[in-house]
Amino acid sequence: MGNKVAYFGVFTSLALIFSYVETLIPVNFGIPGVKLGLANLIIVTGLYKMRLSEVFLLSVVRVVLSGFIFGNYFSILYSLAGGILSLTVMALLKKAGGFSVIGVSIAGGTFHNIGQLVVAMLVVETFSVIYYVPVLLLAGTLTGLVIGVTANELLKRLTAVK
Amino acid sequence: MRKGLKKKDLILVLIILCVTGLTVLVRTYIGGAGANRIVIKVNGAIQGVYSLSEDQEIMINEGTNMLKISNGQADMTEADCPDQLCVNQKPVSLSHESLICLPNRVVVEVKSKEESEYDAVTN
Repeated sequence: MGNKVAYFGVFTSLALIFSYVETLIPVNFGIPGVKLGLANLIIVTGLYKMRLSEVFLLSVVRVVLSGFIFGNYFSILYSLAGGILSLTVMALLKKAGGFSVIGVSIAGGTFHNIGQLVVAMLVVETFSVIYYVPVLLLAGTLTGLVIGVTANELLKRLTAVK
Repeated sequence: MRKGLKKKDLILVLIILCVTGLTVLVRTYIGGAGANRIVIKVNGAIQGVYSLSEDQEIMINEGTNMLKISNGQADMTEADCPDQLCVNQKPVSLSHESLICLPNRVVVEVKSKEESEYDAVTN
């Protein structure tokens, strides 16, 4: 039991560190909301290493903490919507079977962006954000692929954990 | 990619790409040419409509944002929020493109001549 608490702490701090590293990378694609999503690497890894309820808790804790440290009230709202939708879809695909870590991660990446887009649409009360859909879908696929490949390699080497 | 990627993964990617292609089609069909003005909305309410052909600087929301129009393009030059996403965004000029500052709830949309819904407030 004590072991579990320790792992949760390590995963949480790793996710926070990745959120911090993300703020150091000066990527600007000219499109709002497109970023690598390094912290998702921890969420994807957690999905295969922890119980589902724990990953959800990890995702929420990560978003709230990093939001308070690096973002603002709005970024918490968007990240939470994106994070929870993405995690739900990833959990469903994983349960459905037949998908590799990479596929699950790609779905997670795209739905992360879709979740944020939906909140953005509600907040600014406009549909014109819908014109970002193609870019966000492609970006989500690409970042999901990168995160998925990395998580796949990570999981191969993390056999000692649990 | 070695044995990492499975068949269902590829189908998933294919579906995503198809949806992307479809949205691009819809986008180019609806949007594109004919853009001649921008509509500025704050909190969903229209604050003003400005011509894209006139070079001007517009103060939005009592100064939380500054918008500059030059050469038929609209660009957010200032925002008082910490993330500066709308300021970093490229200038917009095509119909249905938008600049959005979420923290201040400011939306700048490019509109075309054909849409007459805002004609009453055009200046």
